Amino acid sequence: MEAKEKYVLRLADNALILGQRLGEWCGHGPILEQDIALTNVALDLIGQSRMLYQYAAELKNDGSTEDDIAMKRDVFDFYNVLMVEQENGDWGKTIVRQFFYDTYNYFLYEALCTSTDQRLGEIARKSFKEIAYHAQFSAEWVIRFGDGTSESHERVQAAVDDLWEFTGEMFTPDEIDLAMTEAGIAPDLNQIAAQWKRKVTQILDIATLKMPESSFMQKGGKVGEHSEYLGFILAELQFMQRAYPGMQW
Amino acid sequence: MSKEEMLDMEARFERYVAAENKVEPKDWMPEKYRKTLIRQISQHAHSEVVGMLPEANWITRAPSLRRKVALLAKVQDEAGHGLYLYSAAETMGADRQDLIEDLLSGKAKYSSIFNYPTPTWADIGAIGWLVDGAAIANQVMLCRTSYGPYARAMVRICKEESFHQRQGYEIMMALAAGTPAQKKMAQDALNRWWWPSLMMFGPTDENSPNSALSMKWRIKRKSNDELRQEFIDKTVPQAEFIGLTVPDPDLKWNEERGHYDFGEIDWQEFYDVIAGNGKCNKQRLHARNVAHDNGRWVREAANAYAEKQAKRRKEESSAA
Repeated sequence: MEAKEKYVLRLADNALILGQRLGEWCGHGPILEQDIALTNVALDLIGQSRMLYQYAAELKNDGSTEDDIAMKRDVFDFYNVLMVEQENGDWGKTIVRQFFYDTYNYFLYEALCTSTDQRLGEIARKSFKEIAYHAQFSAEWVIRFGDGTSESHERVQAAVDDLWEFTGEMFTPDEIDLAMTEAGIAPDLNQIAAQWKRKVTQILDIATLKMPESSFMQKGGKVGEHSEYLGFILAELQFMQRAYPGMQW
Repeated sequence: MSKEEMLDMEARFERYVAAENKVEPKDWMPEKYRKTLIRQISQHAHSEVVGMLPEANWITRAPSLRRKVALLAKVQDEAGHGLYLYSAAETMGADRQDLIEDLLSGKAKYSSIFNYPTPTWADIGAIGWLVDGAAIANQVMLCRTSYGPYARAMVRICKEESFHQRQGYEIMMALAAGTPAQKKMAQDALNRWWWPSLMMFGPTDENSPNSALSMKWRIKRKSNDELRQEFIDKTVPQAEFIGLTVPDPDLKWNEERGHYDFGEIDWQEFYDVIAGNGKCNKQRLHARNVAHDNGRWVREAANAYAEKQAKRRKEESSAA
């Protein structure tokens, strides 16, 4: 597989798997207004994944469709970061997962808007406004929880501590990331890491939350080495296409 | 107000609505009119919210990404309808929190149709086509209901519902035109949803004692049986068009009446489900209660934060 195709799949898989996770909340949110807001984020993410899968299908150029790519690969052929496949947990954990990821996504897509890959640039420009809204939404809720009640503070601090080990993978470049940076297709991840850290530090500070000290970071998602969660996510995502192969819906 | 004055006011109110005038929140209205509408509007709001559950059940399993996006958007619309309707009920002096408490405790009702399960993907098509179709028949009428805020909420809701209905029918159409396995799935869903959809219009006119008053006050404008007949007349040709069979051996076009004749509805089933004995009554109410209980700390945190912010702003402005 060409490096660029794999890179596009990483972006697409991140969007789809996180959108799928958020879709689990639909109808079960803590208040109707927030149910609507989170469903909106899910809609945006799955919409973005479709643009990216369509592009990946073109790069693949073997007649595959967006659904073939999303629905017919097994766990080891998915390249999303481990962060997005983590369990929803309580609403606080979902918000913190979103905050860590949205903030990364914000700086990443801001840079992708000027990608030398014209198509990726177009997709990024279409998606950036949505992503900026997601980042604002999740940061506001982190602040609200951190500075809300003692219960919300404790819950959200626990989520920050719990999810911290999945933040490193987003910024650790491998040969594909390096090749993309080299070609001007994607930004330097070190630069994104610095922007991310500044923003996250600022928001956690306003929220009166502590930045975790632990430095151990999990990795593997980007190269297809996943947690146990992904298999179950795919079991639901792909059920219909697996049970009724080759049909039109 | 003396009894005579009250009767006089009621008579004037009846003339007012009979002349097709809209009642607005600040207008005088009979207490029973207010109560009837709060009950009806809040039941409608609860139905939108509980109705999210059987459909949300398929979001993670939708067969294609396009269908997944459409379903997410649809369920989100239902949540939005719930919000407009709770707001409409609040214009009559009801409190949203109280209304929700009544839903969670089982005191308030919601449309019984949502106590039926959605075991297959075709159920998502059938709900859009039949359940939203039946809801629209009722809601188009409500666009002209006498209470202004309710009528206006309905205009907006109807637009979205008719889009959902087309979307549901299109799901069924794709299945019916598909492989034998897909067609079987579609027919199975029609078999299960047809009769419950007919029950959505409520008991027959002779068994619907409250309808007369609602008609007099122009809350309702057509009877349950009239609406049910309209729905059947519209829907049967749609089923035929895509090659599905309506599960009613007595269904027959009656040239003389200009309507379809149809078989006996199993009203025992209707009353059983209302009484809480549908396949999913317990599950639906449990899901709403779990969401509410698990969300308590979120709502408390949001309130606490808003209060802190208000206090800070006040301190800042007094310091300045």
